[in-house]
Formats: sequence, C-alpha cells, structure tokens
Amino acid sequence: MLPELGHFALVLAMMLAALQGFFGIAGPALGRERWMAATTSAVAGQFVMVATAVGILVYAFVNFDFSVLYVAENSNSALPLMYRIAALWGAHEGSLLLWIFLLAVWTLAVAIVIRRLPEPFAARVLGVLGVLSFGFLLFTLATSDPFKRLIPAAADGRDLNPLLQDPGLAMHPPVLYTGYVGLAVAFAFACAAMLEGRMDPLWARWTRPWTTAAWAFLTCGITLGSWWSYYTLGWGGYWEWDPVENASFMPWLVATALIHSLAVTEKRGLFKSWTLLLAILGFSLSLLGTFLVRSGVLVSVHSFAADPTRGRFILGFLGLVIGGALTLYAWRAPLLKSNAGFDLLSRESFLLFNNILLVVAAATVLGGTLAPLIGDTMGQTSLSVGAPYFRPTFLLAIVPLLLLLSLGIHANWKRGRLEAAAKPLLVTLVVAVVLGAAAVFGFFGGHHALAITGFGIGGWIILSSLVDPIDRARRHISLSRAVLGMTVAHIGLGVAVIALTGVESYTSERDIALAPGGSAEVGGYDFKLLGTRALEGPNYSATQATVVVSREGRVITTLYPQVRDFWVQQQSRKVAGIYNLHGTDLFIALGDDLGAGRWSLRAQIRPLITLLWLGPLFMALGGALALSDRRYRLARADARAPVPGTAHGEAH
Amino acid sequence: MKPRFLIPLGVFAALVVVLIVGLKDSRTVGVLQSPLVGHRIPDWSLPLLNDPNRSLSAQQLRGQWYVLNFWGTWCYACRAEHPVLLAAQRDARVQIIGVDWKDENSDALSWLAQLGNPYAQVVTDKAGDTAINLGVAAAPESFLVNPEGVIVYKEPGVITAQSWKREFLARLPPQSTVPAAAGSGS
Repeated sequence: MLPELGHFALVLAMMLAALQGFFGIAGPALGRERWMAATTSAVAGQFVMVATAVGILVYAFVNFDFSVLYVAENSNSALPLMYRIAALWGAHEGSLLLWIFLLAVWTLAVAIVIRRLPEPFAARVLGVLGVLSFGFLLFTLATSDPFKRLIPAAADGRDLNPLLQDPGLAMHPPVLYTGYVGLAVAFAFACAAMLEGRMDPLWARWTRPWTTAAWAFLTCGITLGSWWSYYTLGWGGYWEWDPVENASFMPWLVATALIHSLAVTEKRGLFKSWTLLLAILGFSLSLLGTFLVRSGVLVSVHSFAADPTRGRFILGFLGLVIGGALTLYAWRAPLLKSNAGFDLLSRESFLLFNNILLVVAAATVLGGTLAPLIGDTMGQTSLSVGAPYFRPTFLLAIVPLLLLLSLGIHANWKRGRLEAAAKPLLVTLVVAVVLGAAAVFGFFGGHHALAITGFGIGGWIILSSLVDPIDRARRHISLSRAVLGMTVAHIGLGVAVIALTGVESYTSERDIALAPGGSAEVGGYDFKLLGTRALEGPNYSATQATVVVSREGRVITTLYPQVRDFWVQQQSRKVAGIYNLHGTDLFIALGDDLGAGRWSLRAQIRPLITLLWLGPLFMALGGALALSDRRYRLARADARAPVPGTAHGEAH
Repeated sequence: MKPRFLIPLGVFAALVVVLIVGLKDSRTVGVLQSPLVGHRIPDWSLPLLNDPNRSLSAQQLRGQWYVLNFWGTWCYACRAEHPVLLAAQRDARVQIIGVDWKDENSDALSWLAQLGNPYAQVVTDKAGDTAINLGVAAAPESFLVNPEGVIVYKEPGVITAQSWKREFLARLPPQSTVPAAAGSGS
C-alpha cells in the first residue's frame, strides 16, 4: 500500500510542478497577481509530496520491503542500516528521485528567500524551476518508477553494489547532486531576467549567493568522489578523466567562470549577456552530464544501466530546456547594453581572461569526452581519448589562468595601473620560486623543472593572496566576508596546485608479489607482508593482509589492506591500507592470490596528497564565507522597496 | 536579433545532432565490447558433453559459421534465453555450439532432456579456462564466429528474439544454413 502512495505522491508532485511552471511564467506575463501568488503554494505542496515519496522509499529500504523492485534490486537482509538508507541513490531510479528531491529543497529555499524580491521576478524564477521539476518528474514516472512492484516479492534482495558500500561513496552522490541541481537556480534567475528583458547589477547580487553555494557543493562532491576512488578502487588513482568525472568537472569549470563574471556584472554592470550565457551553460552541462551517465551513449565505470528509451527522453528534455533558454538568449541578450569601458590591465580584463580560459578548459574537456561520439558521427570507429589528450590540453588553458590570477587580484577596477602592486607581486613571485626550488632540491630531490614551476605557481597564488589581507590587518581595516572568502578560496586553489605538482612528480609506485615474510622496497620504504587471514563482515567475507612498513629499519606503521568478497553480488571490493605520514600517504592495496601463499600487492608513496583534499575543501570554505557576507542580507532588504532596474550603482 | 547571439544556439544544435547519432548507436554501448571482436578466436578444444572422451575444437569448426554460447544449469538468465535458442535452431540459419560452463554433466544432460536441445554440439568447460581466454564474465554470453575463425560479434548477455535477428542473423551471409554434418567431433 505504502509504495502505491509514494507513486501517487510523485504524480501529485508532477501536477503541482506543472502548475508552478504555468502560474510562474504566465502570471507575470499576463499581470495576474493571484497567479503569481499561487506559485509559492505550489512550491510548498510539491516539496511535501516529493519528501513524502522519498520518505516512503527510505521506509521500504529500512524495513526490507522486497516487494518493491528497486528495493529488491539494491539491498539485502544482511545490508547494514546506513547502506540501506544510502541504497536510495544506489541506482538509476532512486538517484533520480534524489535529484528531484534536492531540486525541491533548492526551490523551497529560493521561494523563502525570494519573497523579498519583486513579485513578478520571483514568480518567474519559481516558474522556470517548476518547468525543470516537471520534466524530471515526468521522466521518473514515465521511464524510471522507483515504486514498481515485484510480484511475487523476492525472499531476499540482490544487495547494493559493493562499490557503494562505503562511507565515502554513501556521501558523494548527495553532495555532488546538491551542487549539480543548485546550478538550476542560477539558470532560473537567468531565464527570469531574460523573460523580463532586463538585467542590472542588483540581479547579479541576487544570483551570486546561489551560484556560490552550488559551486561549493560541487567542489566538495567532486573531491569526495576523487577521494573515494583513491582509496577504494585499488589502483590508487584520484582522477582518470573518465566521462562521468568529466561530466561533473565541466559544470564546475563553468560555474567557477560564472562566479567571477557575476562579480563584474555586480560591481561594474558589465559582461551582462556573457554572464547570462554562463548561467545557462552551467546548468546545461549538468543536464548533459545526466544524459551521458544515464543513456548509455558513453562507456564509463560509473554508468547506470544503459537504456536508450531514457536516453531519448533526456535528450528531448535537454533539447527543449537548453534550446529554449538559448533561443530566449538570442532574442533578449542583444537588448542588454553596458556602456562602461575598462583598460587593458584593469581587473575587468583579468576576469575576462579568467572567463575565457575557464570556458576553453571546459570546452577541451567536453571535446575529449564527446570524442567517441563525434568520431561516430563522422563515420570513424571508436575514437577514444584519455589522459594523454586531457592533460596537455587542459594544462594549456589552466596554467595561463593560474599565472594571471595573482595579477588579477591586485588589479584595480576600471583603471589599468598595476604599478602600485608591482613590488609586492614581484617579491611574492621571487619568494615563491625560491621556496619551490628549495623544496625540489632540498627535500624531494630530482631536478624537475616542471615541479619547480608547479610549486612556484601554487606558492605565488598563496603568497600574493595574502598581501592585501595582511596589509589591511596592519592598518586595522576590516575585511569583508566576501573578500575573506575569495582569499581563502584562492589559497585553497594554490594549495591544490602544490599538491597536484607533488603527487604527480614524486609518487613512487610498484606492483609487488610477496609471500608471507617477504618484503620489497618502494620509494625508500620497506613493505613487509607478515601474512593474510580471513575475516567476516555483515554481508561479505574478506581477506586481510598484515603489512609492516618501515624506513631504515625503523617500523613506521602496520597496514591492513583488505579484499572484500560480497556474497550476494559475487563482486569483490578492495579497501586499501593507508597511513598518513606528515601529508604523505603510504598506500598498500591487496591484489590477487597468486597461489602458494603469495599475493600481489600494489604499494604507493604519494607525497602531499593530504593537501589535494584540503585544497578543494578550502575553496568550498571560501565559498561558504563569501556566502555569509553582510551585503547579501542587505540586498534582500533593499529590494523590497524599489523596482529593480533602478540600479544602486555603488561599488563595494 | 544579432547573429552573434545565435552562435550558442547553433553550437548546441550541432551538439544535439552528435548526441542523437550517439544514441542511435548506443544499443550495444554501455556494456563493454569485447576486444576480441574482429580477431581470431583463441584456440579452444573441449570434451563433448555426451561423450567426454571425444572433443571438439575451434580447428574442426574452421570453414563454418557458428555461435559459441556459454551457459550453465546454475544460470537463471540462461533459462530465459533457452526458448530463443530453440527457435533459432528451428530456423537453421547457423549452428549453435553450447559450452556448458562450470557445471555438472548430469545436471546439464537432464536440463537439455527437459527443456529441449538447441545445440548442434555441447562441450563442457568445467575448469573455466576457455571462458577465461574468451573473457567471459557471466553466463550467458555468446560469440558469433565466421568461417575464418574470426569473432564477428559478442553478445554479452541474454540473446532475445530481437537481438538474434538484429545482431546475429544480420551478420550472416544471406543464404547461410546449418551445414549438413555439423562439425562432428573426433
């Protein structure tokens, strides 16, 4: 009975979404105030319905209701509670429901905050979000019903994919989806502005916090995914340029560009049509990612079950939504004029370069990801590209971006005078390069010119970001949260650059075969296999090896890598043994039983890898700080009285 | 309307075309294509189910089209596939060689007696070595092999009436039929 109610709740939610879309868009167009007012009620009702559906599906998982097909396919009586809940997003149907739920949460948040904005604008934003939600609900009900019954009920379930039975992965999809879906808000703001046919600095101020929030979630989600693949897939890799990884990375790059162009639009009223385009692009790429993952067009380790029917539906939806938005753009964007100019070396210029380079980077990733499809279209067979393509092309766009960053944050708005900042810039550059060289020659050894460059760039970003805050602190001038957030995020980027340089230049890796008592040396550390033993978990049996790591005869730690064989799915999953020594990971993964007590093992020494997780965390933290800036709260209070369009052209 | 604001729409339209083409070809994508497709089938020689002293090998089947179908009585999906294979046998366009994989001979014989035998020959792969050589991950899996011994197509799961027509029959020469004395064992 309950699952049927869940299904019914989704149907009601879809109808409410349709009303929300209709009232939200038609209301302002026809000037019907009651229609506009009804939008908010539809949002609230829709949220309740979607939440009910999610609650019912979770209830079915927790209580082992194997008469629900999705539950029977993705859980098992031996599955621990935490993973029974995480199983909700363990496969296509449920993760789509999660997507819809998160969209409902974002929409509700927007509806609450946006009440303070002019009513027609607020209604249009909610209307666009309603259209998106309607599309996804229709998709779920038509092709991917999570409440479908299994008659007769299964005695037991087929269990959750073992790869998902891990705390890191249980968290990764919700966080990532929150980011993906959050970009829908910026998209809706852009569409509302185009429907109104005007856009002003105040619009940018309203849009910024939402974009920053979505971006911060996206940053965390991608990092969590990378961390998970690092310690659980057993090869010790953290980024493989896999289509699905790219699908999350492209919206991130565009969202990063959007954050920066919104800053220009807010402060100077420039880049208007460009900002709109980025807002459309960011969400479009996250829709495209959904399409690529769920339609089976591309082969990937993360793919959901391939289904061309679903693919056709998403492609149609994608065409309508993005095509519609871009048509609107072609029609309305020419109306948006900005008449302010700026010098070549002004901050506007640097942010323009930032935007161009980020979009070029996203385009190269998109090109590489779609290469197999483009090859097909041209009649070539399976043209597939990997790291050898992505690395150099991506660096080609990103290295100039990183080099320009330090200059950009010291440039003035409008005026192109860098003289005042020349001295601190030069000093920080020299210090960063010297420190980088010292790290390479004095600590890591080897003579990598690339490593010095990487450390130098990362160090320069960090040091030059600190110049202004330190200067202000010395003169007892307070720092706004927005500037503080920017500084923290840029430092996070510098930290990530240093970490990547270290990990890429100085990782030692070896695949070794050891019998109990045997040992091997990797990167100056001795790995000694003491033995293996059998273990039993709640729904798996495991082989656990005991490996002692020592350096120059001194024992550092004992690691216990495992291979877990899951009973129901007959799949195994590795859990690597990792010890962190001052930011360097000593990593060992257990491979195959080679017979006669011998085992294959993969040992890695990865210096600075801790920073690779900390850097993005700092970036997200910076986003959170910027979000809490006072002026966003003020902006909302401001907006109540006057009509937008009479821009409060003050500069912050 | 200025033309430059139409550029994004144009780019997007081109992208949609690429995606539509990709979607059309996606029926077999999403499951990994075997790297063996287009290459000669690794040599195999396996004992016959009904006479384990005799064996059948890839060499003996040279010069004939055949489908190598991995199955087992422990495999639920194979039961679903069985009627499709029986119908295919009645059509007699190509011979199907069954590989009874990781199974007991007695179980296999009673399964065939009970459900009917769609196979021209059945061989057994108890240790699973041949399955490993062919990269078989899970039963059922089937390979279409041409007279030169080259794998033309691999079906990574259950053959359906549709996929039999679209993927197997479509790749056979138009007039092909099962040879009169289908690859007798030695």
